[in-house]
Amino acid sequence: MIMPSDNTLVYALSFSSGFSIMGIELLGGRILAPYFGSSIHIWGSIITVFMLSLSIGYLIGGKLSTLSSSLKYLAYIFLLAGTFVLPIVLFSDPIMQTIFIHVEDTRYGSLLAASCLFLIPTLILGMISPYAVRLLVNDTNESGKVAGSLYFVSTLGSALGTIITSFYLVLYFEVNQIILSFSIILLSLGTFALLFYGLRQVPHLKKAKHV
Amino acid sequence: MFSPPFNALLLRRKSIQINTNDIVNCFLFLFILFHSSGSFAEIIHSEPSLYRTILVEEKNDLRCIRFNVNAKNINQTCVYQSQPDKLVFSYTKLLFSALLLNRKPSDILIVGLGGGTMSNTLHQLLPESNITNVEIDPAMIKVAREHFALIENSKVKTFSQDGRLFIKRALLKKQTYDWIILDAFNGDYIPEHLLTQDFLLEAKALLKSNGILSANTFLGSQLYDYESATYHSVFGEFFNIKSTSNENRIILVSNQTLKPIKPNMLLQANFKQLTVLLRPYGIELEDILNIMSLTTGSHDWPENTRILTDQYSPANLLKEQ
Repeated sequence: MIMPSDNTLVYALSFSSGFSIMGIELLGGRILAPYFGSSIHIWGSIITVFMLSLSIGYLIGGKLSTLSSSLKYLAYIFLLAGTFVLPIVLFSDPIMQTIFIHVEDTRYGSLLAASCLFLIPTLILGMISPYAVRLLVNDTNESGKVAGSLYFVSTLGSALGTIITSFYLVLYFEVNQIILSFSIILLSLGTFALLFYGLRQVPHLKKAKHV
Repeated sequence: MFSPPFNALLLRRKSIQINTNDIVNCFLFLFILFHSSGSFAEIIHSEPSLYRTILVEEKNDLRCIRFNVNAKNINQTCVYQSQPDKLVFSYTKLLFSALLLNRKPSDILIVGLGGGTMSNTLHQLLPESNITNVEIDPAMIKVAREHFALIENSKVKTFSQDGRLFIKRALLKKQTYDWIILDAFNGDYIPEHLLTQDFLLEAKALLKSNGILSANTFLGSQLYDYESATYHSVFGEFFNIKSTSNENRIILVSNQTLKPIKPNMLLQANFKQLTVLLRPYGIELEDILNIMSLTTGSHDWPENTRILTDQYSPANLLKEQ
């Protein structure tokens, strides 16, 4: 079996995380609409929560990369992300019902609901990019180029996640089926990365050279 | 006597002169034509909104609401300024078909205010009925109040809220209605959460035991089948009332099993009175009755059509297909 190189795998993982983040964000509007409507502030709540989660995720992912850097930990992040996407499928109705009853203002109701459903999985997915940059950088002179390439791949994933979800997936599948598929993809990629790359004895990462 | 070359030049100049005059005359003619027929709509107000800019325009005797200057966009609400009671659009008239099932609904909920034509007309017809208007866009309510004389008093209330949320909260408060009117769809965008089986079940739970629901919706796309199957899954057989212009249809459903309406029903005294009452608004019950058809035994959508739910409701994509 021809296995992709470490770098190709890291790029593929970043692409998938970008794809999943925007796919879930787009479906967020659909998930919240029955309880909080389709007013413009619903999108305000969703986008705020996603941006906030990503910003915290970037911070934590960057910090984590200074403590340890191996594909094993990137695989763990994926497994964690896939697991924390599942509550969106399993508990969104009771969570939104409770918030709907207790918070009458739909602005804060939708903000709270979006936080409960999307903050943790998006935060974990946000950790991937900075951690992946650390895995790819071998030479600090190249760090900008590597970060650029990684953002390109991850944002391209986001663009495709947005268009494929909104143009096609919603036309054929239920919201929960799509979210569940994202979760399965994240868990499968995490497992694959862990089994075939993360558990190898040889450390694959070199310490970045300082010039 | 001019020399031949000069003659030719004069002739050519004359022909140029004639052509210029023709063009000027042509413009003058077109200007007079357009001005005399009043084909230019004048925008008298532009209201900024969270959702879209709302334009109020006047053309001849009509005052209308439009959502943007794009010519493809149809008017949302129109009134005749000289006869404000007379309804302009056929779909508004067709909504009154519900009165054939319930002559005097006392509690009415209207989801989607527009210019408030429906609310005003119903208040004039049924002054004792309680009318609740729900409109998502506060700017639309402002326009209805300022430019379309929206009537508001102890019997007519208007709330700015998403229709789905209003209905969910009304269920918690155990409110009930005799007639729910869903008129929240404009030509550009359909609120997909107002088309699902889950939503219709909530609306049905809000109806009194003999309550009715009318929905103003679309014709001529794949959405027709999905919408029909969804309404049928919640209410059973329903009345289909398709406008003659083939753009809109009214779905009329009831909490009780519907039976075909006999044409001689209008001969009954109370309906004779209703026919007379509706006539000044341009509503002819007989015409409506002629195009009302019950779906029993005549489903014009495939039996295996997928039902729209909160989980699956690509209404805007289906409308384009």
